[in-house]
Amino acid sequence: MDLLLHLLRTGTSTLTDVLPIAGIIFGFQLLVLRQSIPNLKSVLVGFAYVLVGLTLFLVGLEEALFPLGKLMAQQLTDPAFIRSTAHVVGTTLQWNDYKWIYLFAAAIGFSTTIAEPALIAVAIKAHQVSGGAITVWGLRTAVAIGVAVGITLGTFRIITGTPLHYYIIAGYVVVLVQTLYAPRTIIALAYDSGGVTTSTVTVPLVAALGLGLASTIPGRSPLLDGFGLIAFASLFPIISVMGYAQLGEWRIHRLKKKQKNDDSQNSD
Amino acid sequence: MNHISAFIKTLLSSLRDLLPIILVVAFFQIVVIRQPVADLGNILSGTLLVILGLTFFVRGLEQALFPLGESVAYAFARKANLFWLLLFAFALGFGTTIAEPALTAVAAEAAKIAAADGHIAEENIAMANYALGLRLTVAFAVGVAIVMGVFRILRGWPIQYFIMGGYIGVVIMTVFAPPEIIGIAYDSGGVTTSTVTVPLVTALGVGLASSIKGRNPMIDGFGLIAFASLTPMIFVMAYGMII
Repeated sequence: MDLLLHLLRTGTSTLTDVLPIAGIIFGFQLLVLRQSIPNLKSVLVGFAYVLVGLTLFLVGLEEALFPLGKLMAQQLTDPAFIRSTAHVVGTTLQWNDYKWIYLFAAAIGFSTTIAEPALIAVAIKAHQVSGGAITVWGLRTAVAIGVAVGITLGTFRIITGTPLHYYIIAGYVVVLVQTLYAPRTIIALAYDSGGVTTSTVTVPLVAALGLGLASTIPGRSPLLDGFGLIAFASLFPIISVMGYAQLGEWRIHRLKKKQKNDDSQNSD
Repeated sequence: MNHISAFIKTLLSSLRDLLPIILVVAFFQIVVIRQPVADLGNILSGTLLVILGLTFFVRGLEQALFPLGESVAYAFARKANLFWLLLFAFALGFGTTIAEPALTAVAAEAAKIAAADGHIAEENIAMANYALGLRLTVAFAVGVAIVMGVFRILRGWPIQYFIMGGYIGVVIMTVFAPPEIIGIAYDSGGVTTSTVTVPLVTALGVGLASSIKGRNPMIDGFGLIAFASLTPMIFVMAYGMII
């Protein structure tokens, strides 16, 4: 019964999220472009799939994953738990006593990004457009690694209490330098992948981790320090996706060089 | 029959998408936390819903969101009416952001911070106004972003100049903005792009770049999302300075 109510409530809120978008698109199609929508029946069925899919997805997350993930974030950031795994018992905790939190941050960042529906959409599109040069899983893995690194660094920042903008500005500098050297075809996609990582699955869990950490570490304010993890999660995928393309280019380059060497040896 | 086998195929790939989360949660529960999990049945049924939901969503993506975004892009490219295209771009950006639940949550949180700081009065009306102002600011920023992004695709300008300009804007604003708004501003860039908006906007950009002569969909088609994540940071910091 509760589940049914939950489904209904989430269904309505998904509908209010989707309706304005559908209204804008159908309105422009009919009033401005004055054309009927191709395959209208199939598109409407597809919209119904999106609605049903998002609703089930969100309800499932809220029933199962979010409570469990938030509970785990709380348990892991509990000072008593951290003390029990620390090297020296009794003294003040050092930044390296939080090893399970770093591991959890990286693992949860990676795995939630793999399940992020918006990223799946962009990866499918990138695969189509690139003529197969970018694989769906290659892009998703690259982005997920970026998010994992970003969130781990973000938790490190909360634990040490260093200012957020130092990290973000340093990250920008790396992005700028990479932009100069990365293949031109990846740049726009890399910038995009920063924005898509943080939608449905990642944000609530990461926010719970940030708030849990900020409220248990002395001297941190949950309101001021709890924010900022999402910014890390949007910045580092840009670096890792450009890195992924650079790695691919470097490997092709090396392969060609090797072939050239082999050829010249053969001709000798 | 074909339908069913395609559905099962998507179902299996959804299962594979969810597998990393299941493994991570199981590992930390069993190895690190070592405490019994309450409501295991609830968790299993919830996971099943997530897998089913992802399956439906991916089907709907390929059947509705992608074709729709593309058909709008092709139609605009054929009609070549700049005014309506840019108006559509703004409406899409503004309209999808203002209703975004994640943004509403962040805005409410931000109002609490501002009130606790003594920046605005600690009354419900003042806080609601502040939150609404923040939402309007972000939605406006996303509308502007999509307009700029679409214009860039039409002209074929390199994206990096815009992004670099935007970054410089963010850095300059960071210096002048009140410190309590900075974390919220940085996060607001990430929360704007919802699961329904991303596929549509991506299909629109790629569709435009594919239908205009001389544009490469890889180089020119992507980047709308990047714009939509960048401008809210600048606009929100400006909002924090004005209010």
